[in-house]
Parts: sequence; C-alpha cells; structure tokens
Amino acid sequence: MIKLLYFARFRDALDCAGEQLPLPAHIDDIAGLVAYLGERGKPWRETLGGARVLVAINQEVADFDAPVKEGDEVAFFPPVTGG
Amino acid sequence: MAESIMKESTMKENTDIIRVQTSDFDLAAEYRALRAASAQTGAIVTFTGLVRDFNQGDQVAAMTLEHYPGMTEKVLADIVARARQRWRLQAVGVVHRVGALAPGEQIVFVGSASAHRGDAFAACEFIMDFLKTRAPFWKKERTGSGERWVDERQSDGEAAQRWQS
Repeated sequence: MIKLLYFARFRDALDCAGEQLPLPAHIDDIAGLVAYLGERGKPWRETLGGARVLVAINQEVADFDAPVKEGDEVAFFPPVTGG
Repeated sequence: MAESIMKESTMKENTDIIRVQTSDFDLAAEYRALRAASAQTGAIVTFTGLVRDFNQGDQVAAMTLEHYPGMTEKVLADIVARARQRWRLQAVGVVHRVGALAPGEQIVFVGSASAHRGDAFAACEFIMDFLKTRAPFWKKERTGSGERWVDERQSDGEAAQRWQS
C-alpha cells in the first residue's frame, strides 16, 4: 500500500483528501502513478496532469521520474501560497 | 516554576523556534525569546505578515490557510538550517498560522538574531522568500463572489531565485 494525499484546490477538484492505494506491480515512478490515477476519469487527468503540479514523496519535494515504492507517502499539491 | 526553568534551558540548547498554530502570536513575546537566546546578539530583525483586505481587485472578507502537517515543519526547519549555513545567527524564530483568519490579522512571524544587523536583515528576508515559495501552505480567500484558492505570485518566485547566485 501507498498513502496518497491531495491538498488545497486539488483536494476540492478530486473531492478526496487522501487514500490508501495498493501499489500496482507495474508502477515504479510518479509519472506512472499519475497515469494510473488518470484512468479514473477527467478530473483526475486534468488535475494531476496539469502544468503546475507539485509532488512530495515522504514529505520531500520530488520529480515525476522519482521512484515510488511500497509504504511511501505521496502528496500532490498546487504551488504554495503561504506567508 | 520548575516548568518555566525547564523551558528556558531547552530554549538555550536549541535557540530556533518553529511553530505552526491556529492561535495568534504575540510579537513582543517572540522578540523576547530571540533576545533571551544569547548574550552575543547585537541585532534582531523581525518581520510580521498580515492578511490584506484587498487582493486581485476584490475585497477579501476572510481567509483560510491550509498546510501539510509534518512536511511544513520539516521544510521550515530546512529553510532555517540553510539560513544558518549562510549567516551567523544566534537565534531564529518562525511562527506561521493556519485556519480561519480575518483581514488585518497576523499570519506569519520571522525573527532573526545575530551579532550584527547585516546578517540579521539578510537571514530574515531569505527565510521569508523561501517560506513563500517552498513551505506547503495554501490560502483560500472569501470575496463577494465566493471562495477561491489564491494563485502563486511570479514575484515571489523571483524573490527566492535571487538568493541562488
């Protein structure tokens, strides 16, 4: 299983704050995970396939070619706007 | 009494304060903590960010701040650590609020204490620039036409970029 989290406008668009997902054997990086989640439908494809999508693996910002493994916490979120 | 002595000794071992909280903060108390951290301090610079009542042409009635618990604290600690590598700092304080905020309320505090003002000024600005572009906080505004997530500002990205050189 991996833990998925969605923040801010992504959570609103997907109507999902987080989930536990059995990691399919053929998925080994973020890009593969995004493609897999995109199979759920248009909001998923548009939200996670957009131009300004940030991803963190185990609470550290990562690239889309970063590896994903069993037990990881993967978060998707838009550019930050604090301060 | 014993508790307050404990708190003080803890603070003297690790002078940095990093907090994410829903409640308001007291600028004077944060300043006092920075001042008490070291007798070597000759300069303290503090920054306070407030909720504006106007953004992108609209009156803002209220704001909600969301964050990524766990990652937020790690990112803030990392930014402070990077500031400590660049400048000689006696103490650093970062306090960021989350939850519902009204116009005029305090959102963020950054304070830096150093032997000399140059390091304190630079570190305070560096920490704010990276907090704005790296720390996982998101603002949602309520205006007359409903709620909206705040967009990133290009100028914030440029402000952080200039420290790369």
